[in-house]
Amino acid sequence: MRGVGALLFAWLLPAAAQAEELTVWHAYSGAEEDALQEAARTWSEANGVTVRPVFTPFGAFDSKIETAVPRGNGPDVFIAAHGNLGNWRQMGIVEEVEVDLAAHCEVCGEAVSADGKSWGYPLAYKSLLLLYDPGVVDRPPETTDELIAQAHALTGGDRYGLAFQIAEPYYYVPWLHAFGGSILDDDVSSPAHAQALAFAYRLGVGEGIMPAQPTGELVGQLYEDGNAAFVISGPWFIPDRKRAIAAAPLPVVSETGQPAKPYLTVEAAFVADQAKEPEHARAFAAWLAGPEGAEIRQRVGKQAVSAVEVTSDDPLLAVMREQAERSVLYPTDPAAGSATEAQARALRRVLRGAATPEGAAAEAQAYREVFQRPPPPSVSPTPYLATMVLVLLGGLAWAVAPLREEALRKQIWEERFSYLWVAPAAVALLAVVVAPFVTGAAVSLFAHQGGEWSFVGMRHFLDILLARDWPVSSPMSFFYTLAVTVLWTVTNVLAHVGLGVALALVLREPWIRMRPLFRAALILPWAIPNYITALIFKGLFHVQYGAVNALLGALVGGTVHIDWFGSFALAFCANLTTNTWLGFPFMMVVALGALQSIPRDLEEAAMVDGAGWWFRFRHVVWPLLAPALLPAVLLGSVWTFNMFNVVYLVSGGEPDGSTEILISEAYRWAFDRENRYGYAAAYAVLIFGVLLIWSRSANRLAGKRVL
Amino acid sequence: MKRAPSTPIVVLVHVGLVVFTVVALLPVMWVLSMALTPSQAFASGGLPIPTNPSLANFTDVVTTVDEDGTWLFVRQLFNSLIVSASTSLVGLALATTAAYALSRWEMPGKDRAMSAFLITQMFPGVVMAVPLYLLLDEVGLLDTLTGLVLVYATTTVPFSVWTLKGYFDTVPRDLEEAAMLDGANRWQTFAWVILPLARPALAVTGLFSFMSAWNEFILAATLLGDSRSYTLPVVLQRYVSDQGTEWGHFAAGAVIVSIPVVLLFFALQRHFVEGLTAGAVKG
Repeated sequence: MRGVGALLFAWLLPAAAQAEELTVWHAYSGAEEDALQEAARTWSEANGVTVRPVFTPFGAFDSKIETAVPRGNGPDVFIAAHGNLGNWRQMGIVEEVEVDLAAHCEVCGEAVSADGKSWGYPLAYKSLLLLYDPGVVDRPPETTDELIAQAHALTGGDRYGLAFQIAEPYYYVPWLHAFGGSILDDDVSSPAHAQALAFAYRLGVGEGIMPAQPTGELVGQLYEDGNAAFVISGPWFIPDRKRAIAAAPLPVVSETGQPAKPYLTVEAAFVADQAKEPEHARAFAAWLAGPEGAEIRQRVGKQAVSAVEVTSDDPLLAVMREQAERSVLYPTDPAAGSATEAQARALRRVLRGAATPEGAAAEAQAYREVFQRPPPPSVSPTPYLATMVLVLLGGLAWAVAPLREEALRKQIWEERFSYLWVAPAAVALLAVVVAPFVTGAAVSLFAHQGGEWSFVGMRHFLDILLARDWPVSSPMSFFYTLAVTVLWTVTNVLAHVGLGVALALVLREPWIRMRPLFRAALILPWAIPNYITALIFKGLFHVQYGAVNALLGALVGGTVHIDWFGSFALAFCANLTTNTWLGFPFMMVVALGALQSIPRDLEEAAMVDGAGWWFRFRHVVWPLLAPALLPAVLLGSVWTFNMFNVVYLVSGGEPDGSTEILISEAYRWAFDRENRYGYAAAYAVLIFGVLLIWSRSANRLAGKRVL
Repeated sequence: MKRAPSTPIVVLVHVGLVVFTVVALLPVMWVLSMALTPSQAFASGGLPIPTNPSLANFTDVVTTVDEDGTWLFVRQLFNSLIVSASTSLVGLALATTAAYALSRWEMPGKDRAMSAFLITQMFPGVVMAVPLYLLLDEVGLLDTLTGLVLVYATTTVPFSVWTLKGYFDTVPRDLEEAAMLDGANRWQTFAWVILPLARPALAVTGLFSFMSAWNEFILAATLLGDSRSYTLPVVLQRYVSDQGTEWGHFAAGAVIVSIPVVLLFFALQRHFVEGLTAGAVKG
């Protein structure tokens, strides 16, 4: 036993750090990861310093860099797109470096430069391209009129002339740029923006050459099946395609005579602040960006490398170079995040036909003004500190007051050893749950914008609770989201309990065949990680290709074209269905357990008296079942209230943020809108407050203390 | 013994149950069908039937090797198993003693403690990740599976305490009194008399802890810094990027991740149905 323990212990502790090792964080996969590994090996052998590339999941990459590097736990080098450089410079995460800019393509150098200095070694660039099936397209179009004409000729039946993720801002900006607009314009309600929105509508809906609501996966599948002649996507679309594919630059927009200019992102190797081996880090990053590293990355990883010295006769790389000349560098301005969100809302409203281009552009402008309003003025923390001390003292006095009673003190002393039994759990919860929450909650008194923190006191709470930025009826207001969250919680809990109890009532009957099999099968929805099923459900609800509409169509014997994310009621239903599916097995198990301890003789007595099944359930079973279910129901309601995954992954707040719940809204403030951590923390504190009130009133409702 | 209802009703109930089960299993079928289809596209329309079924996606996921030739999948599977099993053990150790004390002894402040345990469930996770990171960094447990286990185990304590207390409340006290008369102290009574009786409840809470650790990835991705210490859900994220999702690999990974949980479910099913609220009714 002791040996096993020691082994476990050794596994759980960190591996001893080896001397002279260089850690490189990246989010590459596939061929690009192979290329990086080969480059790392080559350099390690030549320099006697081991380079360890560490894959960091894309979803956690930025937040990890931003937490780890300032604490000295970061890598030596990290490889990332240049888009966040503005943030990272403000936070002091990247080191200034010396780069021979002449050795790299011009825009690539520009991407890593700021204030006349260089901040990273450019590696490769990526942008959108026009991809097409050479089997059906003879000559790629040069203008959008040609593209539309060719696409019309290739559309019919299940086939579409064009497919791309038009509702995503990244895929929309090329057209916006051709109309002379930019996401970062001060005035996003200008005619250029309205025209670009109108053009997007024409391309995506009006011409009838594109499938409905194309997602990335859908575009890939349509192309693979030969059902999409033109696709707009990036070089990442190409590997592993079984169908032949060719690339061309994006066409010129016929209305303006300007080329569609996609964003260009430049991947670079950044030397992290507090790198353990800064000299080696610089040397490796410079080598990786230089001709030798570039050659490996181009050959193995098929990257469009920034090093001008490295050439290639790959036609795809030639097109990428050509497109790079006609592109706009992805903005490093930290304000781009919320500006993009405002645009995305406008774009989706237009594509849905819910707003005119002019109207949507004006709305986008209004959103932007609130998102980008400067942080509230900082205030003196003294009165807050004083209040806090007073509140703490008051709370302490309130907690200690009963101790004046002699009897209570005596009782506590007698039970002193009993407290030791609870102590470990209490201490662990204090350290791991309460302390982080209090720290996190304290953040709500600060504003974070552009890398700067300032103390703003209760300002965030006032802004939120007084609905200062949005009218109460707007989906962006706290009260609207609160109402949706309450509706969400109530409907879910009702559905979970209803289904769970109904199934449990059936599955306890001895005359049901194969009960263990049913029980086991019905528990399955609980066993699969919920973020995966949430993504699956989103696909099932797709307007054109989803299984839900296909099944409904089969039932009514026709084509069903329900846009599940086009209205609040339907999107809410989609979320509700997903979460009910995830949640009913828990209630079923709880109810099965509870039913087993309810004696059946009572029911049988009622039956002998001629009571129907509803009467028996309502007056015999339910009164005994309800108290047993109550803790599970309350616990379930708390979990549902904060069920982030389902809402974020299924409806994503569509349409227009109306199905967002409080927790997902808090997440957006923290991560999608320029890291307003303070504002997000205020939401979190309010969520906690609402739940606290809910549990208190649940106690009242139940007439006894259950929580 | 209760009589079965008339035949038409029996048939009707069975049909309803089968239809419901089939509908409930459709999404599971979709995951399976995507995992078995050797393409990375999201399957769409119609029924979940794989095209050109093969095990290629599974092979891809299982055979990932890192630059030193370490067989990552096996290592990460071990990490996941060890983290989840340790989470169950540590979580149960923390929760059983607390639940037993709260069930048996009249300590002042007991009700408040029970409330406090549940109130900790109300803290939204959004604000917790960064403070947790700082905390683990301070005590030197960052980047270790130990740190991750401590965090996971603690977050499962409230649910476990509530479930276990409900169960302990139903265990008659005569047994302990008998043991005490035989000279056993509180601890011995607890360890040798009560714990063995509580096996069903232990199975349930242990499974809950195991599952919550098994499926979690946001904290794991934040608190771990090395592909060799990653747990399986973190690795699954490899197939999701800003350029879309590799559905075939993702689904195959999901199936692999679910298998141990499903096996555990089946093994514990009987306890499960007894364990969860067997107590609460009388309590």
